[in-house]
Amino acid sequence: MSWRSALGRVEGYGASKEGVGHWWTQRLTSVALIVLGCWFLVALLALPGLDYATVAAWVRGGWTAPILILFVGVAAWHSQLGVRVVIEDYVHDVGTRTLALALACFAHVLLAALGAFAVLRVAFGSAA
Amino acid sequence: MSAPQTSGAPRRGRPLSPHISIYRMSRYSLLSSIGNRFAGLLLSLGLALLLAWLVCLASGARVYTTALSVLASVPLKILYALLALAFAYHLAAGVRHLIWDTGHGLSRQQSRRSAGWVFAIALLVTAVVLWRALLGGAGPR
Repeated sequence: MSWRSALGRVEGYGASKEGVGHWWTQRLTSVALIVLGCWFLVALLALPGLDYATVAAWVRGGWTAPILILFVGVAAWHSQLGVRVVIEDYVHDVGTRTLALALACFAHVLLAALGAFAVLRVAFGSAA
Repeated sequence: MSAPQTSGAPRRGRPLSPHISIYRMSRYSLLSSIGNRFAGLLLSLGLALLLAWLVCLASGARVYTTALSVLASVPLKILYALLALAFAYHLAAGVRHLIWDTGHGLSRQQSRRSAGWVFAIALLVTAVVLWRALLGGAGPR
């Protein structure tokens, strides 16, 4: 039986490791993007042309589609983390900043979802 | 250094993290730091462009071929070259950050030297990419 209050007992233990969440996610996504980003760049440069038939065949072939979806998703995630910091650093008005952060978040989720849908649509051949 | 008033709540003399005005940075390390942020923002723009490209591709051959006249226009080609530079720079500077995170290379002299390496590697990678894009198989023609 302790005489200490509930608040007294939990004080001083820090913030249950949540505080490094942004930093750690940024690092994880950056490591993934070293591989995915270089893959995308090399794959793009290796294409014999950028006409519809060539690019569509590339997206349909092999493991391109899942890796491309991963690339778009992780890049959007990493971008969101970065844009968030920039907004937090330079937009000082609370209302404007909250709005900007919300819009940036929506935009990135939309980007990832649309990107994944577009790749799947090409990969499964439902685009004419 | 008075922090900008960022919230409606009263400030109670809370400790602030060291701000820009406290550091005296050498030209190169300052440039390498802000350059990384700028490159990252440019790449976010590039991501939006990548999405536009994918959506056009998913819209079928006719839409894609029409869009290609815009996507392969000269102003956008210049933007692609800038994006290649931004990618190479963000990659090199990002790896530098990851090395810093392990606790290595943090001294002033090492940091100055690694800033030089980042610039050199970024330019080299960009040169290879542009050379491949212009003279090689494909690239944004």
